[in-house]
Amino acid sequence: MNAEARPAARLASTSVGALAAMKGVFARDMRVAFRQRQDLLNPLLFFVMVVTLFPLGVSPEVSFLSEAGAGILWVAALLSVLLSLDHLFRHDFDDGTLEQLVLQPQPLFLLILAKTLAHWVLTGLPLVMLTPVLGVMVHLDGNSIAVLCLTLLIGTPVLSLIGAIGAALTLGLRSAGVLLSLLIIPLYIPVLIFGTGTVAAAAEGASVGAYLALMGAFLMLALTLAPFAAAAALRISLSNG
Amino acid sequence: MHYAHRPDYGALMSEPLLQAVNLQCERDKRILFRELSFSILPGTVTRVEGPNGSGKTTLLRILAGLNDAWTGGLNWCGASIAGQREAFLRNMLYLGHRPGIKPLLTPMENLRALMAGRRPVSDAALGQALEGTGLRGFENIPCRNLSAGQQRRVALARLLVADEPLWLLDEVFTAIDADGVKALEALLQQRAAEGGAVLVTTHHDLALPGMRRLILGAGGSFDER
Repeated sequence: MNAEARPAARLASTSVGALAAMKGVFARDMRVAFRQRQDLLNPLLFFVMVVTLFPLGVSPEVSFLSEAGAGILWVAALLSVLLSLDHLFRHDFDDGTLEQLVLQPQPLFLLILAKTLAHWVLTGLPLVMLTPVLGVMVHLDGNSIAVLCLTLLIGTPVLSLIGAIGAALTLGLRSAGVLLSLLIIPLYIPVLIFGTGTVAAAAEGASVGAYLALMGAFLMLALTLAPFAAAAALRISLSNG
Repeated sequence: MHYAHRPDYGALMSEPLLQAVNLQCERDKRILFRELSFSILPGTVTRVEGPNGSGKTTLLRILAGLNDAWTGGLNWCGASIAGQREAFLRNMLYLGHRPGIKPLLTPMENLRALMAGRRPVSDAALGQALEGTGLRGFENIPCRNLSAGQQRRVALARLLVADEPLWLLDEVFTAIDADGVKALEALLQQRAAEGGAVLVTTHHDLALPGMRRLILGAGGSFDER
């Protein structure tokens, strides 16, 4: 073990800036995800399949689907995000990179924000991009599809952020899946109500500005508070592990 | 008032880097250790010894700030660690049982990601560090295709680009071959000579000249030699 120019031991007062460190975390998560592309497809396939079940299981009638379509897509997207949450910290916990993340000198909540952003780009964003296709499948009209996409675009980051708290809390548990769902689903309900409510208002021709503003408020609230809660939960989980 | 506590960043001092005062840890209603007080001075290698389950790993995790289930005091450069967590983390390197290596990434990518949060290091320097740990030619192979020992060596390559004065190393000799062990021993000794402080747990028969020993016994006793 010898490298010619080893740095000397010295007390340093400065470290890499928070933004650069966040970029590093984000880039690593993206790189790892693209090394395992099949895992990226799973939430998407799940989303498509759940949506497909409704015409098959309930009714293929245009009247039913165009009315329930937005709700079906929202619930499917919510479940799909929920399904992917366990992976958010699990692999990092198992291989020790999470310990190293916590020991980085930058504020932990910012690093978690970067991780959550990567999670959203890898799961939430593809769901939003797939929504127009599935929207046509459930006979939504063009205006409803546009509004639905917009609500999902604002709503799915909230799902990822709130989910990060649950994923961090249940990290130390052997079978965390069910408990994670029980913890998180109640917190998802307001987002779901306003998400589908917005589309319903748009379908009736009402103005959706107020609804979207409320969803934006949800996003801001989650963006500012969830990383702190997830960071605290992560410390507790690591302390017990 | 004399500011003995203010760390003189940039240079190393002769004051203790890390100080534990009456550390006590209880786990599952069993006291792992109590009244544990010691100082880690710059330029020393300290080996934490004790039988399995005596709390060596727990002690290191407490010192690193990963475990909160303890009472007592921890000082960094003379002042409580609680108020200067960022400065402490910047100057401490912890290697645990789990090496912090992503199996899907290559050794180079892993090192780059680990250093991204600490200190900018050129790819050339990282390559040199990997070469120094005997991973030449493996820089661009995903770590899951490497052996357990090679994966440990990726983590150890960090030591070759580390400027942190305090190293907390938990079972670093695991899965390392005889030559690697010898090189690592030399590195630890050299590090102490440079003024760094190393705290290491191992079941490997480590005996460096001038090495200090912190012995954790069953029942919470300890003995510093």
